[in-house]
Amino acid sequence: MEFLYASEILLNGLMAGVMYSLVALGFVLIYKASGVFNYAQGVLALFAAMTLVGIMEGRVPFAHLLGAVFGIHVSSFGWTVPGAVAILLTALVMVGVAIAIEKLVLKHLVGQEPIILFMATIGLAWFLEGLGDVMWGADVKVLDVGLPQGISETVETLTNDWLGYGFFIDRLDIWAAMIAAVLVAALVGFSQYTKQGRAMRAVADDHQAALSVGISLQFIWIMVWSIAGFVALVAGIMWGTKSGVQFSLSLIALKALPVLMLGGFTSIPGAIVGGLIIGMGEKLFEYFIGPMVGGATENWFAYVLALIFLVFRPQGLFGERIIERV
Amino acid sequence: MKLKLATVALGALMAAAPAMADLVVPNLSYRTGPYGANGTQYADGFNDYFTLLNERDGGIGGEKVQTPECETAYNTEEGVECYEATKGSGALVYNPLSTGITYQLIPKVSADKIPLYTPGYGRTSAKNGKVFEWVFNAPANYWDGASVAVKYLLDQNGGSLEGKKIALIYHNSAYGKEPIRTLQELSRKHGFSLTELPVDPPGQEQKSQWLQIRRDKPDYVLMWGWGVMNQTAIQEAANIRFPMENFIGIWWSGSEVDVKPVGASANGYKALTFHGVGTGYPIYEDMKKFVIEPGKASQGGQFVGSVLYSRGMYAAVVIAEAIRKAQELSGTSNITAAQLRDGFEALEITPERLSELGLPDFGPEIRMTCDNHGGSGMARLQQWDASAGKWTLISDFTQPDQEVLDPLILEDSEAYAKEAGISPRC
Repeated sequence: MEFLYASEILLNGLMAGVMYSLVALGFVLIYKASGVFNYAQGVLALFAAMTLVGIMEGRVPFAHLLGAVFGIHVSSFGWTVPGAVAILLTALVMVGVAIAIEKLVLKHLVGQEPIILFMATIGLAWFLEGLGDVMWGADVKVLDVGLPQGISETVETLTNDWLGYGFFIDRLDIWAAMIAAVLVAALVGFSQYTKQGRAMRAVADDHQAALSVGISLQFIWIMVWSIAGFVALVAGIMWGTKSGVQFSLSLIALKALPVLMLGGFTSIPGAIVGGLIIGMGEKLFEYFIGPMVGGATENWFAYVLALIFLVFRPQGLFGERIIERV
Repeated sequence: MKLKLATVALGALMAAAPAMADLVVPNLSYRTGPYGANGTQYADGFNDYFTLLNERDGGIGGEKVQTPECETAYNTEEGVECYEATKGSGALVYNPLSTGITYQLIPKVSADKIPLYTPGYGRTSAKNGKVFEWVFNAPANYWDGASVAVKYLLDQNGGSLEGKKIALIYHNSAYGKEPIRTLQELSRKHGFSLTELPVDPPGQEQKSQWLQIRRDKPDYVLMWGWGVMNQTAIQEAANIRFPMENFIGIWWSGSEVDVKPVGASANGYKALTFHGVGTGYPIYEDMKKFVIEPGKASQGGQFVGSVLYSRGMYAAVVIAEAIRKAQELSGTSNITAAQLRDGFEALEITPERLSELGLPDFGPEIRMTCDNHGGSGMARLQQWDASAGKWTLISDFTQPDQEVLDPLILEDSEAYAKEAGISPRC
């Protein structure tokens, strides 16, 4: 029975890992294209999820501000928008955000050191965090796009019949795994087999060289940030469905960091494998070792594992090895 | 030119600072960060009650009350910065709504001689006024909450919990760990087993803990959570089909914010509380007339009547009554922080007084003395009705088990007194 329970924990760890990978993917995309660690990726997920709920519920953006400044007290348009349409509209908003980021931030920092761009994304995170609150309010929002939640009775019944122990798997986690698989396949295909994907990789290798062969840096950055915005929207939907859309959603980026250290900052499959290892490892560690040290070891374990990887394989499992000669 | 600039600067300073004669009650709030959704509602209730007193009564004893806000983001360092930044403005009392900030402020307020009021949170043993001269935590503290929850379960089980299994899922922080000692004592006394399940903050990932609950099948689960941890825990409980009526949260795990994201599955979830909820109290007629309709409510009054709004308002009610008492004792309306401390120590809020305030049966009777800064510790239970979208009170105010709690409070406060070099008074 203990073995079966440990197997159940392992399976749920893998599922949790998929959820971490969804966030990590956005980081990888931007890092691949620009060599920038996008500190704002978690906030992008929060902003996307808030916008999705706002559109679905027909909320008036900046309603509180309109009331405070102009005395216009209106919080709702009085309509609701179906989930699929709202997701499409939110994706368009994220493209708009990508264009604004390129025009207002990135364009002015071409050729700057990566640390400057990293600091710019810190500023961006603070700005988007405040903008999201002002646009849609700081309350906890319920997100329901029709994804099922709760125990999968099929898995429970099947495992009970076969093994005599009904496994718990959350239906939302199963959906997350399927969505992540589709997303990764699409991103890998795009990156490897399309003209824009190859251009994206060229920009990642060398901005100046890519410009010299006629690749539009402006277009590539807008495209990459738009895709990262869409990935953030997917992550926001999954995490928002799980525990409501609220500020804490932006903190899931902290879960993505050890995943990236493990999988490598430049590998899309690495983000998935890293997520699975972290998810599985932290759950099993908590089960076997947690009780001996007082529990709550999951965050600690993820970072310790990532640090060990940094010592022995700094580029991560699938990352590109960078050799700089001085 | 310089003179003009100086005049403008002086004017701006005078406009920004509270008028010298006003009573200053800083509102160390958090409207941003991971706990902003909770802190916002509490801060609104706190502000609105003082606005009501200012608009309806002209303040307290003829003195207007100022509640300058300072954003802490539930961050201990920022909370301490807020304290340092506001204490010079004539601050009378602090209510930081954070156990972490409270722990840091206890030595500071003791040195600065400013009361710290921490209803339902903070350091439990601050109930012992002999040691904690400047800290007050009535009407109830965490250990009271743990005891009242166990008493409720005793009632549900014909007076015995022998052989029952209870799991405690808690925020892995100073706050979340507070009830452990009490629950351990109570488990020895009543013969139930206790499993402790810490959750790393903020608490979005709790799969391990709930798989363990699913395997061990405890009879009851108690929760000491805050923010996203609460919604996630209630959702996970629903996912594993844990009976909601056997899941009880402390009062910081029992607001609308915690249950609404879970939808219908949260139906039947229970939580402790030390005050009423909803707008069915006479005070809201005045609140509507003097605060909400004239557009003076904090954030337009969108959270009026919610659990956390009611709690913030209740904290303001107790502070206002303590100010009134201090004015009466000192014979002056413009009191000092030290005089307010005397007011707290002589504070009595009887059921009759609560009715006069437009809040009949809203909270337990409060009587504070020199040695008792925590009141009676009475609390009650509420249950979430998902279809109606509201909390319903399901028990009367219940006295905690003082036989167990008093020695624990004495032990902890005496240890603090020894560590801090405090000679017990009273």
